[in-house]
Amino acid sequence: MQERLSYDPFVLPFTFGMVYIIVYLIVAMARVINALPKEDKQRLAKGIFSKKIFISIKEIFLECLIHRKIFKHNKWLGFMHMSIAFGWFMMILLAHIEVKLYAPTRFNLPYYPIFFRYFMMETETTLRGGLLFFLMDFFLLLTLTGVGMAMYKRINKRRFGMRRTTRLRLGDTIAMYTLWAIFPLRLLAESFTSNVSGGSFLTRGFGLVFENFVSNPDHTLPIWWAYSIALGIFMVALPHSRFMHIPTEMLLIVLRNSGIKVEKKNKGIATISIYSCSRCGMCLDPCQMVSAARLNNRASVYFLRQVRHKEKETENTANACLMCGRCVQACPVGIDSCAIKQNVRDQRSLPTGTEQQYSYLPQPIASEIKPEILYFAGCMTHLTPGIKQSMEAIFKHANVNYQFMDEKGSICCGRPLLLAGQTAAGERLIETNKKIIAESGAKILVTSCPICYRAFNETYNLPIKVLHHTEYLERLIDEGRIKPQKSLKNFVYHDSCELSRYSNIYKQPRNVLRSIAYLQPTPYDGKDGICCGGSIGSTLLTSTQRRKIAIDAANKLTEKQPDCLVTSCPLCKKTFDNTTATDVKDIAQVVKEALIIE
Amino acid sequence: MPDFGYTINKQRVIDLDKNDGQTVRRVRQLEPSINICIGCGTCTATCSANIFTEFNLRQLMLLVTRGETANLRKDIEKCMLCGKCMLACPRGVNTRNVLLAISRIFTENE
Repeated sequence: MQERLSYDPFVLPFTFGMVYIIVYLIVAMARVINALPKEDKQRLAKGIFSKKIFISIKEIFLECLIHRKIFKHNKWLGFMHMSIAFGWFMMILLAHIEVKLYAPTRFNLPYYPIFFRYFMMETETTLRGGLLFFLMDFFLLLTLTGVGMAMYKRINKRRFGMRRTTRLRLGDTIAMYTLWAIFPLRLLAESFTSNVSGGSFLTRGFGLVFENFVSNPDHTLPIWWAYSIALGIFMVALPHSRFMHIPTEMLLIVLRNSGIKVEKKNKGIATISIYSCSRCGMCLDPCQMVSAARLNNRASVYFLRQVRHKEKETENTANACLMCGRCVQACPVGIDSCAIKQNVRDQRSLPTGTEQQYSYLPQPIASEIKPEILYFAGCMTHLTPGIKQSMEAIFKHANVNYQFMDEKGSICCGRPLLLAGQTAAGERLIETNKKIIAESGAKILVTSCPICYRAFNETYNLPIKVLHHTEYLERLIDEGRIKPQKSLKNFVYHDSCELSRYSNIYKQPRNVLRSIAYLQPTPYDGKDGICCGGSIGSTLLTSTQRRKIAIDAANKLTEKQPDCLVTSCPLCKKTFDNTTATDVKDIAQVVKEALIIE
Repeated sequence: MPDFGYTINKQRVIDLDKNDGQTVRRVRQLEPSINICIGCGTCTATCSANIFTEFNLRQLMLLVTRGETANLRKDIEKCMLCGKCMLACPRGVNTRNVLLAISRIFTENE
């Protein structure tokens, strides 16, 4: 191969775009890393200069290029993303190898590898670029296939396993259409010059046709200009569009693997998470506010966009969310949007309350008898008294030495206040409850409410073991202290968000239920559990919207007409009541009914 | 005079012209479901805080509607936001957000 030219003015739009994006990314990265707290900076240093970096590199390869998580969701969607990302990456890589091999002196020119075919010409003495030309054409074809699929996805998204896709903003539209234009333009440009520069099956094939129209390579300049302009526009639009996820996602993976989590404020890794959202829309279908209540703008993808562009609606979207965590589960990038929503809630200007605001609450009384179990029913359980009565009956049946902590009325665990962003008030309740728990002298705290369970487990730092009653019932059965009778009934179990997705309690309730009845599997088991719609995570959803979600969820769960829909959360039970013809019972009630109590 | 257990209430005039009409207007904007409240009192009956102290959500909402907001600041703080009232409400008033809206307006007015 031999150099034909080393410069032409058409490279300017591309070079400008490239300089712009590199400066932008360096400044942005410096600002973001600077905003990290000190400990996180140390963690990041440890994450980069240790074995962890190899895990990060592997994950970057698998997620940013191959898009493994999207493949798991739908193979066509995965192939579409993979072909564009991996194909383009390979073309850039191979182009640099070509320059290194055939024109090593030009390696320092940033535009040279991109427009290699324009600057070089074939000679008889070289290998005619055989393998590299073939690979370049192959990856161009792969990328073009991806672009074609992306265009088809606009018409028929269901083919790609999506019912809904994201509405675009202006920046996204510009960036997306220029991205679509880049590869066909590249094909045209390289084909037009292929009689001079050479090419493989794709470019040379088209080139043979195009030669009939234009044979002088200098006359193909307009198409090279168009290609360069498309690249330039795309790179200038990239930081202002959803395609910003391409560079930020890599940084997010490195930070996440260094053990850095979203802090109390929306800066540092939270900023990176916000910019890493590719607005692929995979959180739209799982979101029940979208699918059941038709609140399209409340999905996480729009929330992250609102935060990023500092829109007015941000706070309302954050407050409306049920915090069920299904979007976090579905996100292929792994953005913890719930933590970012919580930060927005924490920052709103609500009064914090005075020191004395809960001084009316009863003080703990030290008891002589130390109980084995301290039972905390929780506010919601008092609304569904069947659960606490069943639990008491089971305790008595198993001869458990227990103390009912909130028999005469619950002091809230504080989690609803924390979720609403009232941190100071919530902590006052936590202090009050902590004192009562410490005074009781019990070794195990059993609670019936998953909301309280999560609060006790995650925010209280209790010196004693905390169990949800599903875990405790399993323990009682294992130890043989209760022996429930197996019946011929059909049960469906509903995973509550706080207990399953957030606390990883999947097996225990299923073990308990299998010992008393036949447990039907549903498509919403485990991590795919659906929200009942009653979640206290939301302060804005109206009762009508909640009911729509509840009816939809109940219908989905009772599709196979079980004898009973079993819940483990009093709030889920209360929400599902009157939404379905099927019996809705708590796991404690079901176990109590299966016991032979004289 | 012997005490028969009867008292005479002090004369009390609700002057809607002089009362604070701003707050309720703002609450209605922030949480429109306050409009459908029928004042049945189920919220108060089920209230977690009301078990330990005098905290009457029904009265509180009535006072806000009437514009008698002068002494409410302290009262609102007592709420633990547990959400039982919201589940018990037969009309589906989003009681938690009514309270959050009121306290937000108080902060804004300061």
